[in-house]
Amino acid sequence: MNTTLTVFLKEVKENLRDRRTLMSALLLGPLLGPVIFIMIMNVVLTRELDKADQPIKVPVIGATYAPNLIDALKQQGLLPQPAMADPEAAVRNRDADVVLRIPNGFGDSWRKGQTSQVELIYDSSQRDSGGSVERLKGMLENYSHRQGAMRLVARGLSPAMMAPVAIDERDQSTPQSRAGMMFGMLPYFFVLTVFMGGMYLAIDLTAGERERQSLEPLFANPVPRWKILLGKLAATCAFSLVSLLICVAAFGFCGKLIPIERLGMRMSLGVSFASQVVLMMMPLVMLLACLQTLVSAFAKSYREAQSYQSVLMLVPVFPSILLSVTPMKIADWMYYVPLLGQQVGIMQLLRGEQVTAAQMASCVIVGLVVALLTMVATAWVYRSERLAISA
Amino acid sequence: MIEVKDLHKHFGAVKAVDGVSFAARDGEITGLLGPNGAGKTTTLRMLYTLMQPDSGQVLVDGIDVAKDALAVRRQLGVLPDARGLYKRLTARENIDYFARLQGMDAALIRTRREQLIKALDMADIADRRVEGFSQGQRVKTAIARALVHDPRNVILDEPTNGLDVMATRSMRQFMRHLKEEGRCVLFSSHIMQEVAALCDRIVVIAHGRVVADETPDALRAQTGEANLEDAFVKIIGSEEGLAA
Repeated sequence: MNTTLTVFLKEVKENLRDRRTLMSALLLGPLLGPVIFIMIMNVVLTRELDKADQPIKVPVIGATYAPNLIDALKQQGLLPQPAMADPEAAVRNRDADVVLRIPNGFGDSWRKGQTSQVELIYDSSQRDSGGSVERLKGMLENYSHRQGAMRLVARGLSPAMMAPVAIDERDQSTPQSRAGMMFGMLPYFFVLTVFMGGMYLAIDLTAGERERQSLEPLFANPVPRWKILLGKLAATCAFSLVSLLICVAAFGFCGKLIPIERLGMRMSLGVSFASQVVLMMMPLVMLLACLQTLVSAFAKSYREAQSYQSVLMLVPVFPSILLSVTPMKIADWMYYVPLLGQQVGIMQLLRGEQVTAAQMASCVIVGLVVALLTMVATAWVYRSERLAISA
Repeated sequence: MIEVKDLHKHFGAVKAVDGVSFAARDGEITGLLGPNGAGKTTTLRMLYTLMQPDSGQVLVDGIDVAKDALAVRRQLGVLPDARGLYKRLTARENIDYFARLQGMDAALIRTRREQLIKALDMADIADRRVEGFSQGQRVKTAIARALVHDPRNVILDEPTNGLDVMATRSMRQFMRHLKEEGRCVLFSSHIMQEVAALCDRIVVIAHGRVVADETPDALRAQTGEANLEDAFVKIIGSEEGLAA
């Protein structure tokens, strides 16, 4: 125990003196996530809010053929823009999100009581035009319904004839669950922070020491290697844990800066959320520290270890991708899979739902067992004769 | 006292050490001389338990390395070929780290550390970070670190490698000092002058085998060469890899 503590204290002291490690573990890693998150969220939210409130500007071709239609659209928040020569090109060049074209036969068919046509010119592959198109379509349908109803009334029929089925939507989502949907990437930020927090230590303490040839004298001391390894793992875990704490605290603070209530959503990143996240991530801190060290033990140099780590970094992405590509129902078995368990658990918390004690326990215990197995594997690799010899 | 009996070690097809036997006695300096690549470092690594021999036996103060490696490491002070200091720690912190790993208590660490700092004349650099040390300062720190637990047996792999004349002189003096304290000093070198000037006993290694194990005088007599350099060349069979 004494040996492990000695190694732990020395590694912590040495790495606290390394600016690069400090920057990445305590500043960049934990704060990058929240900062990016806030920036994205603010842009997305303000744009959504703006779009909903503000009138949309749409170039209209042939406005003179349907003055009544244009007036009705203006009342619903449309700002007609002057016509252009080539609306197709304008849409393709993103000069306009959508263009409304009214053919000159509009008035004729209208007066005959036939279906009059209007054209919407847009490009559905331009992601941010979707909102404008939907809104304009809604306005037009709205107008069409109203006029249709009036035609029926004028002929002495009930407008209900035209709507044999009425849809009444009852959305069961809560303000929190809607927010949870938007913040699906949050769990990955936590995992990434843990990964980044320990990465430089894991590389430095094994591959780095090997490259600087200090493992050889170190292993000449009368202490078993696994005790030395344990001290190194503890130091790695300590850094990634601190990193995680900073990250969770930062998210808690930043949650207040996002104007999410204005979208009718709620997000609770408070103390209870934070402590449950930390508890759930604890086994992952150990598991990733062991994995990173294990991978480092196969590398002869710092640089080699770094390239291995970047491959390893892809592993935590899989559950995130899996969940976003195939939106599965959250099932109990998921809590038994490290990484996936953390992902769904944090999602559950974000949606404002409870993670049961059994789910939490299986998530933590399975994680710890896997971490322990990886630790044993790492200790086994550490015994290798080659590890100490760099030249 | 270090006894080596018929040591073998191979890497793939290469027989790095192929039947090495010798003994290094207390109160003597034993020199392991051989050209680069002769198997000196591999032999020493097996002595300080970093590598396991394919066959053969190593006894340190009567303890078998294969049976109780930890006890053997306690009896040894090792300066490996790779000095491997921690550059973000000061010289004192480097020494303290290994002292704690040796299981020494704080008071003993302080006494021994200060003794060594004085003996190695490194008081002026003791609280500086190792980053930026000269080669000589590094070796001093590494030696203090290796000897902090007051070992009976001292193994030094190429201790004067990369040192300037002054540093080499003081290193040699320090080794004589260790011998006078009654320790068993075993060091490797590819420099003949050095071995000739220091050693009570010379073990010459070439191609993984011991080709001579004599006192310097006996070596001269055996080869019939008055000049030690000529004697070595004759024993090894070529001049390759040796430095005057």
